[in-house]
Amino acid sequence: MSESKNNDNNVLRLTDITMQFGGVVAINNLSLEVNTGEIVALIGPNGAGKTTAFNCITGVYEPTNGAVYFHGKPIAVNHPQGKMVKQYSGINADKYKDQKAVVYTPDKITHMGIARTFQNIRLFKSQTAFENVLIGTHLRRTSNFLTASFRLNAKEEKAMREKARNLLEIVGLADVGDELATSLPYGKQRRLEIARALATDPTLLLLDEPAAGMNPQETDELGEFIVGIKNKFDLTVFMIEHHMNLVMDISDRIYVLDFGKQIAEGTPDEIQKNPVVIAAYLGVDEE
Amino acid sequence: MKKRGNRRLIISLAVVALIYVAGFIVEQTCGSKSMAVTVLQKGAVYALIAVSMNLLNGFTGLFSLGQAGFMLIGAYSYAILTIPMAKRAAVYQYYDGGIVQFTIGMIPALLVAGIVAALFAALIGMPVLRLKGDYLAIATLGFAEIIRAFIQWDAIGPLTNGSNLLKTYPTLKTAMPGNTVLFTFIVVGICIGLILLLINSTYGRAFKAIRDDEIAAEAMGINLFHHKQMAFVISCFFAGIGGALLAMYQGTLQANGFKSAMTYEILLIVVIGGLGSVSGSIIASFLFIACSEWWLRFLDTETMIGDFKVPLLAPGFRMVAFSVVIMVVVLFFRKGIMGDRELWDLGSRRKAKGGSDIK
Repeated sequence: MSESKNNDNNVLRLTDITMQFGGVVAINNLSLEVNTGEIVALIGPNGAGKTTAFNCITGVYEPTNGAVYFHGKPIAVNHPQGKMVKQYSGINADKYKDQKAVVYTPDKITHMGIARTFQNIRLFKSQTAFENVLIGTHLRRTSNFLTASFRLNAKEEKAMREKARNLLEIVGLADVGDELATSLPYGKQRRLEIARALATDPTLLLLDEPAAGMNPQETDELGEFIVGIKNKFDLTVFMIEHHMNLVMDISDRIYVLDFGKQIAEGTPDEIQKNPVVIAAYLGVDEE
Repeated sequence: MKKRGNRRLIISLAVVALIYVAGFIVEQTCGSKSMAVTVLQKGAVYALIAVSMNLLNGFTGLFSLGQAGFMLIGAYSYAILTIPMAKRAAVYQYYDGGIVQFTIGMIPALLVAGIVAALFAALIGMPVLRLKGDYLAIATLGFAEIIRAFIQWDAIGPLTNGSNLLKTYPTLKTAMPGNTVLFTFIVVGICIGLILLLINSTYGRAFKAIRDDEIAAEAMGINLFHHKQMAFVISCFFAGIGGALLAMYQGTLQANGFKSAMTYEILLIVVIGGLGSVSGSIIASFLFIACSEWWLRFLDTETMIGDFKVPLLAPGFRMVAFSVVIMVVVLFFRKGIMGDRELWDLGSRRKAKGGSDIK
């Protein structure tokens, strides 16, 4: 396992992240890094803490201990406080004591350039596909509610619409732009969610099980699609995925979590051969 | 697309103009005292208040029940600022003529009414908007009741005249004598027009995103508190103006009239019209007022057909029939009259669904 060092290429770096809910340690001392232009996968059995890790990165949760850096800038720093001091059962409790705690709300983190999709698709259900993407452009607005109401931002509004239309085209949904988002087939909803995330101009894209519920052919297409948008938008991609074919095909590196702990890290080839990973997935022979 | 949009705009404006002309004609032919005029006046005022509540409950998904409180603030701000100097001594007879010793014009007073309500909303919103769902409803309802009690408090009597009537301020009848409907329609029309512009702007889309899925909205970079606060303040601004208009309609003003029952009436209008539909709220408010003030009146009077006394018809029966109507609406039109669509979208949406001419 590599120690996380201060690499200039870091887009995202987690150091000693521990997330404890009451007595349950969901993530235990997780350190990882994602470098510019990489596709990194986070895998692990159900309940390993993968989505919790995403939630710590995007500000939905405040990690109990540890730090998250985005382009070298701390976006979450915390150490056990309050009654967590006594309850805390992780390690490195004192390591971040001297650092100022940093908390950002999810919207601020999206502003900085981290966009995400959700494991259980969260589209705006009463709105069309086009409107869903359009909402993603809202955060880069320069208008206030008055200039927007009186249409003094016509130019910006036009640019927003143009951008949303382009994104729909890129993800191949231009022909269903006027349909209700939730009436689309599952695979298209996944793409729409990615398009919506792209509308926020991210540099890092977090995908939470993008291939969930897809058949093998759709999964293959999705793999190409992810690589495609990654190159097109100069993105770095960090994803959680269960489809091993997809993970092995497109990721540059893989982190494996089990029971909140990182049990392996490496290239797809290394991970496939790693006995610890195999044991975690298939169980160990007791005899 | 642009051409079609323009055509739709022209048609909409023509329809609005037609409604205005119709309102004008009704008043000229029926006279200012007729029931039809009353319904049009009160219906328009309620339409504005319902739309303002819809902005909050229907478009932003904030279940707030504070509307009556903010209307009250608007109504009192308006009345206090416009009572003529000469009549203050008589109105504030228990408080030595009151402490506000100046008056401003009617239109500025309407604006101030909205602004004062908005200021209170900004203050109350800070703690309250961190709550969600039912808790928000309870908290806002509580605040509305507190506002009502506070205004009746004897210690601030010099300002609000305590629990006594406020009167002699400019009313609908004195604002534009003989053209009360037109006046109401114009003020309400401007306000609803502004709300529509907001709803169809990028901020309106953000509000709808918050309603549909808060977590996703936040992940899209929408600052939840900031946007909720904005929706709340703007909604209360127009509720304040609506309250002032209601005071103008009533002619006299007393805090006791703005009970939570009033909020429920408006909530009912919003739900019947369709959460998230401006035109639904407008239609429903006119229907609601027409039913409660006019069409169902006969149910309250004991009627004889020949020698036969029609059973059940007695004072109060109107409300029973009304409740049944509401239950039927809620049972069979679950999404209200309009759902979350608008009157002017009916044609075009269907076309889009068929996929015939997109773009």
